[in-house]
Amino acid sequence: MRLLAAFVIGTIFGVGIMISGMINPAKVLNFFDLAGSWDPSLAFVMGGALLVAIPGYRLVWRRSGPIFDTAFHMPTKRDLDKRLIGGSAVFGIGWGIAGFCPGGALPAIGTLRADVLVFIAALIAGILLARMLQGMVPPAHTMAEPETERS
Amino acid sequence: METAFTPVASFGGGLLIGLSALLLMLMLGRIMGATGILSGVVVPVSGDFGWRAAVLAGMIAGPIVLTWVSGTAPVIDVPVSMPALVIGGVLVGMGVTFGGGCTSGHGVCGNARFSARSIVATLTFMAAAIMTVFILRHGIGG
Repeated sequence: MRLLAAFVIGTIFGVGIMISGMINPAKVLNFFDLAGSWDPSLAFVMGGALLVAIPGYRLVWRRSGPIFDTAFHMPTKRDLDKRLIGGSAVFGIGWGIAGFCPGGALPAIGTLRADVLVFIAALIAGILLARMLQGMVPPAHTMAEPETERS
Repeated sequence: METAFTPVASFGGGLLIGLSALLLMLMLGRIMGATGILSGVVVPVSGDFGWRAAVLAGMIAGPIVLTWVSGTAPVIDVPVSMPALVIGGVLVGMGVTFGGGCTSGHGVCGNARFSARSIVATLTFMAAAIMTVFILRHGIGG
């Protein structure tokens, strides 16, 4: 049931990404192009998502724990450090170059388009490279949860 | 390339993204972040692989099912070159790993928690993306 729930939740996310237009790099890049062919649609995506998640989270947290686990798994980091800001800046630069973010690209995999698959391969290479630089890629069986906020 | 302003569809899609974040917290007690989910599949953590693989499979299946039911494939226009996709992809992968999240993890879930880290991350990656697009489209060779 836990895995089935996870799968269904993933489909809701994927359908939301498709309907919202986040799956389309042309639309994403136009959202960033304030001085050119600006398309403000994606502000409505963030608005809609937060409108549900802000009150929704607070309702969920009234429970003692989630349905299929013993406790909520919340990020523990609090510091506004160089990794957070530098990493986010590098992410934004890459997003502005390619037009895909991870949540926008993963639901596009099923189209089997070459450009989508090339981006996904590069995305995974970037993740692995960063994990190596962080010294967090020991042999798989000894893998520990990384300290960074998992989001 | 112009794209149509789609406030209703984008808002509706956003509601579904928010709903998925709320349901993942309710059911599994987890943050709905594409970065963490993909990372946990390509570099598995013992005991945490299964749910992430299931969410990822759902993310991919959702648009396939919707395309099949509606008879309309998603509109995907990629107005950049293959080298740009490779360079951008590597930068996105490195950035979200060091930054600890992306648009879904920080932008939706973290901001919904009013996390200071997520608010700072979101402002940073939005500003960086806007500046990058400005330079590429209106600066050098624009």
